[in-house]
Amino acid sequence: MLKLNHHHNIVEIKKLSFAYKSQLILNQISLNIHQGDYLGIVGPNGAGKTTLLKVLLRLLTSFQGQIKLFGVDIKDFKDYSKISYVPQQATNFDTNFPATVREVVSMGRYARRGLFHRLDSQDFKIIDNSLEQVKMREYQQELIGNLSGGQAQRVFIARALVSQPELIFLDEPTTGIDQASQDDFYKLLKNLNQNMGLSLVLVSHDTARLTREVMHIAYLDKFLTYYNSPNDFSTERHFSDNKY
Amino acid sequence: MLLSIFQYDFIIRGLIAGLIVAIIAPLIGIFLVLRKYSLIADTLSHVSLAGIAFGLLFGLNPALTALGTTVLAALGIEKLRNSKKLYSDAALALYLSGGLALAIVLLSLAHGFNTSLFNYLFGSIVTVTISNVYEIAVLALIVMATLLLFFKELVFITFDEEAAQVSGLPLKFLNLVFIILAAFTVSLAIPIVGVLLIAALIVIPVVTALQLKKGFRQTILYAEIFSIFSVVAGMFLSFYFNLSTGGTIVLTMLFIFLIVFSNRRQRLLHWF
Repeated sequence: MLKLNHHHNIVEIKKLSFAYKSQLILNQISLNIHQGDYLGIVGPNGAGKTTLLKVLLRLLTSFQGQIKLFGVDIKDFKDYSKISYVPQQATNFDTNFPATVREVVSMGRYARRGLFHRLDSQDFKIIDNSLEQVKMREYQQELIGNLSGGQAQRVFIARALVSQPELIFLDEPTTGIDQASQDDFYKLLKNLNQNMGLSLVLVSHDTARLTREVMHIAYLDKFLTYYNSPNDFSTERHFSDNKY
Repeated sequence: MLLSIFQYDFIIRGLIAGLIVAIIAPLIGIFLVLRKYSLIADTLSHVSLAGIAFGLLFGLNPALTALGTTVLAALGIEKLRNSKKLYSDAALALYLSGGLALAIVLLSLAHGFNTSLFNYLFGSIVTVTISNVYEIAVLALIVMATLLLFFKELVFITFDEEAAQVSGLPLKFLNLVFIILAAFTVSLAIPIVGVLLIAALIVIPVVTALQLKKGFRQTILYAEIFSIFSVVAGMFLSFYFNLSTGGTIVLTMLFIFLIVFSNRRQRLLHWF
C-alpha cells in the first residue's frame, strides 16, 4: 500500500476552460484531487464530464488554464505509469477481437516495460496478481468477447492495475452492467481505494449510486461545484437550479 | 510425377517468393483487419500500379518505383486520417481512384508494354526473377524485424487506441511505422498475386482464422497455416492445370474460408 498524505494534491486544476468549435464546454474549472482520494464527478449528459477526463488524460490538449499532475505541468508530464484509465468499454469494445483475458491484461504492462522489451517473469507475476485481485484469474484463457459486461469491466480494471498506478480514472464504468455486478464492482473499487491506497476518479451519470460510494463529489455542468462530502450534495437542488 | 514441378528453376523461385509473401501477409493483415483498415491494402495496391507504370515508362525498376509510391501514399493516407478532415474510407477512395487514374494515364503515354503489365496486374510465378526473390526477401526481413520490435505495442493500439495513448505509447509514431510496413508488404506481394489480388492475400487468411475464435497469437498461427497452405496449393494447382497463379491462390483461400465459416457453429472444429 502507498504511504498516503491526504493533504498532498496529485491533481491541481486552476481555471480550466475548454471550447469545441466556439462552444464552451468547460468554464473556469478549479479542482484539487489529493492522494488517496475517491472522487465522483457527476452531471447531466453533455455537461463536459468526459471532456474533463480527456483533458486530464492528455487526449485533448487545446485548453486554457493550468493543470498539474503529481506536481508537474501537464504539458511536461511524462510519468505515464502513475496514471491509468478504465474507459467506458465493458459494453463498448469489439467483442470479436481475438484476445484472451490474459492478453488484454498484459497490454497494460506494455508501456511500463517500454519499446523493444519483452515482458519477463516479474511482469507475469504482476499480471497474475492483478487477475487475482479482480477475481478473474480462472478466466485468463477465456476470450474477452465471451465475458459478461461485469466480468469484462473487471478485466479492464486489472489492465489498469498492472501498470502499478497511483491514480485511476474511470469513465462511466458501470454502463450496461447488471445491478449485482455493479455491487461487486463498487466493492472492488472501495478495496482498491481503502486497502491499496489508490486514488480514484470516477465519472458517472449515476448520481444516486455515486453519492453512496465516493469520498467527495464534484458536480459538473460547464461550471464545477465541489462537495467535501456526498451528504452535502443534493441532486434535486442542482437539477432544479438554473444557475447550473 | 508430382515432384516434377521442382525441376524448373522458375517454379522454385516462385515458391520461395510465394512462401515469404505467405508468411508476411497475415502478420500485417491481422492488424489491418482488426483496425477495420482492410481497404488500405486494396488502396495501396492500386497506388502501386501507378508506381509500376512510372517505372516501366521511364525504364526504372518497377518494384522499386512501386515501393516508393506505395510508401508515399501510405504516409499521405495516415496524414489525411490524422487531420480528421475526411472520413477514413473517403480518404482511401481518393487514393485508390487517384492511383489507378494516374496509372492509366502513364500507361496511355507509353502506348504498350501490355505483357509485363498483365503480369503485374494478375501476378505470375513464371516472371519471378532471382532479383525479385532477393527484393522480396529483404523487404520481408525488414517487415518481420520491425513487427517483432513493435508487436506488443501494435496489439495494444489495435485493441484500444485511447488507452494505449494514455499509457504513454507513442501512438503517431507506431501508426506511421505500421502503415509503412503495410506499404512494404503490398509491394513485396505484387509479383506473386499481382496488384489486383494483394488485398485478398493480406485479408482472407486472417478473416478465416478469426472464425476459429482463438486468442491473438493463436489467431496469427492459424492465419499463417491457412496462408502458407493456400499459396503452396494454389501454386501447384496453377502449374498442373495451367491457371493464373494469383487467381488460383486467392480461390484456394476463399475455399478454405468457406469451409471454416460453414463449420463455425458446429462442433467439428472443437478439437482445433
